Amino acid sequence: MADNTVTQITGSGIPLRGNDIDTDRIVPARFLKCVTFDGIGEHAFADDIKGLAAKGETHPFADARFANAAVLVANQNFGCGSSREHAPQSLQRWGIRAIIAESYSEIFYGNCVSLAIPCFTADHETCAKLQDAIENNPEGKLTLDIAAASATGPCGTVSLQIQSGAQGQLLDGSWNARAGLLENLADAKAVAKKLPYVSNYA
Amino acid sequence: MGQNLYHKVFDRHCVAQLASGQFQLFIGLHLVHEVTSPQAFAMVREQNLSVPFPQRTFATVDHIIPTTGAGRQRPLQDPLAEEMLQHIEQNTADFGINFFSPEKGEQGVVHVVGPERGLTQPGMTIACGDSHTSTHGAFGTLAFGIGTSQVADVLATQTLAMAKLKVRRINFTGALQPGVYAKDVALAYINRLGVNGGVGYAYEFGGEVIDRMTMEERMTVCNMSIEGGARCGYVNPDQTTFDYLKGRDYCPEGEAWERAVADWQSLASDADADYDDVIEIKGEDIEPFVTWGITPAQSVGVAQDLPQVDSFAEADQLVVREAYEYMSFEEGQPIVGTPVDVVFIGSCTNGRMSDLREAAKFVKGKKVAEGVRALAVPGSQEVARQAIDEGLDKVFDEAGFQWREAGCSMCLAMNPDQLSGNEISASTSNRNFKGRQGSPTGRTLLMSPAMAAVAAVEGKVTDVREFLE
Repeated sequence: MADNTVTQITGSGIPLRGNDIDTDRIVPARFLKCVTFDGIGEHAFADDIKGLAAKGETHPFADARFANAAVLVANQNFGCGSSREHAPQSLQRWGIRAIIAESYSEIFYGNCVSLAIPCFTADHETCAKLQDAIENNPEGKLTLDIAAASATGPCGTVSLQIQSGAQGQLLDGSWNARAGLLENLADAKAVAKKLPYVSNYA
Repeated sequence: MGQNLYHKVFDRHCVAQLASGQFQLFIGLHLVHEVTSPQAFAMVREQNLSVPFPQRTFATVDHIIPTTGAGRQRPLQDPLAEEMLQHIEQNTADFGINFFSPEKGEQGVVHVVGPERGLTQPGMTIACGDSHTSTHGAFGTLAFGIGTSQVADVLATQTLAMAKLKVRRINFTGALQPGVYAKDVALAYINRLGVNGGVGYAYEFGGEVIDRMTMEERMTVCNMSIEGGARCGYVNPDQTTFDYLKGRDYCPEGEAWERAVADWQSLASDADADYDDVIEIKGEDIEPFVTWGITPAQSVGVAQDLPQVDSFAEADQLVVREAYEYMSFEEGQPIVGTPVDVVFIGSCTNGRMSDLREAAKFVKGKKVAEGVRALAVPGSQEVARQAIDEGLDKVFDEAGFQWREAGCSMCLAMNPDQLSGNEISASTSNRNFKGRQGSPTGRTLLMSPAMAAVAAVEGKVTDVREFLE
């Protein structure tokens, strides 16, 4: 059996500033016209990248300094909007292996757990400090420890938070919920039998 | 202390508590569409799993389907769209899942079709790979959007791993003023509580305003829960709910119907139910809202001027400035009078009969302003048939609207209906995100169907209250 546990992630960072970055921006809808997730990493932030380029600015996801980044540092309500798993799939295939943000939309967060992408939270000051540190030292490696909920790197060690459920699932490799759900299939069928609408109130 | 509906419904669907601390919930109704499901069916196949409850899953095609008759000829012109349509046809056939197809005349936006067929019933848990699944909460269900891996979970087990949410009761007291609609109620609570105010919560909508609403209006209110960060929102089932459902295809009949109503009544929140938070919004205070920015909370009453950047919390000022730059609007300017290029009436938020009827009232006998491209898109083939029976297609057509066939259309730009360049649309959909309507520089103003209708006629954002009889 493959080892699915996730205990530590090490890689350089990428800062993405701003609140309420929605999943339409992470991967615009036209790239959802696909029946597999293959290749979707190429489209991460496609329109934001173009929009900034038109103004002569560079989006972090198009910035050569961050091309090998694995740790995304964002702000509030990251991944809001559409439930599309294409968004975290796109980030993961681009190279993102962990995210630190002030807060997340719930659906996005759950999708990340399904993909074994740890989503840490931290307050605004901590996120801003990490974003600044990454800007100043794009090559600097951050080491994220899942059990300790901490990031160690150019700015020392900072404390983060992680939901205990997701933390446990990453550490014991059970982040793919399906196996656990399948184990209880007989119980699920028993619950269904007791639900009056399953028999259309017969 | 009594219980609220959220906990009653959660408890009766709970299969087990998982090692993660989450709960395994049985899902009573699983809705599937073509965009978020092909990878899920592939996961089920790869793991050699079966679908144990195929009769509890229903599918349709909505996001990618063109809304013109010619556009719907097979094969679809866009080979990627055709491929997705073929996948949902094949997947549903292979796993014995009912597919509401265009050929059968049963197709539509998934959140319009579920309720109109009577599939959505009080007390159910409902999941769909689509964030606007919250719509179904209007019937007193726990309905939430899920990602594709979770679609595979539901296919393979008819269950989901879910954390328990907190419950916030939002009381809309008093009455709405003329010209103020369910859409404005939705935009009002999002404006008040923010786009992430609902994270960690289910929203229970109640109060006199909600009590008086029709089911279609309640669906509009619940539809946008997710835009306020709440994964689900619901209204307690009452006589309005039962009257809507009675006689629909998938609803029980005769004595079974009586048993169903009694069960549904027992699930409504108790009068002394406990909530984690309670908020009150006065119906009288709600104006016709228009969004001016790039999140659904960035909105103003149509008679207001756009807010000053420094009136926002410091943390939000970046996104406010970004919104003004993207929209090419300035703080302090009035929203009324903003010229519009496109008007879109439709979507899972406002693509139902009452939406089309209300918009038609303001369009009848008038003409769409020169240079404005206006689309009226029924939410389902059933809505289309009913609208045509009532002659609404002619009202829209004679006014210069394009009367279309059912689909998600211009809500999300996965089909030929899209903005181009930096066009501004007056849209009855749910998201004004950057690029949402298909052009990376397109601009969206969210509003009610009545407001969108008068915007079409006037060619600019206009206060619908000036046109009330």
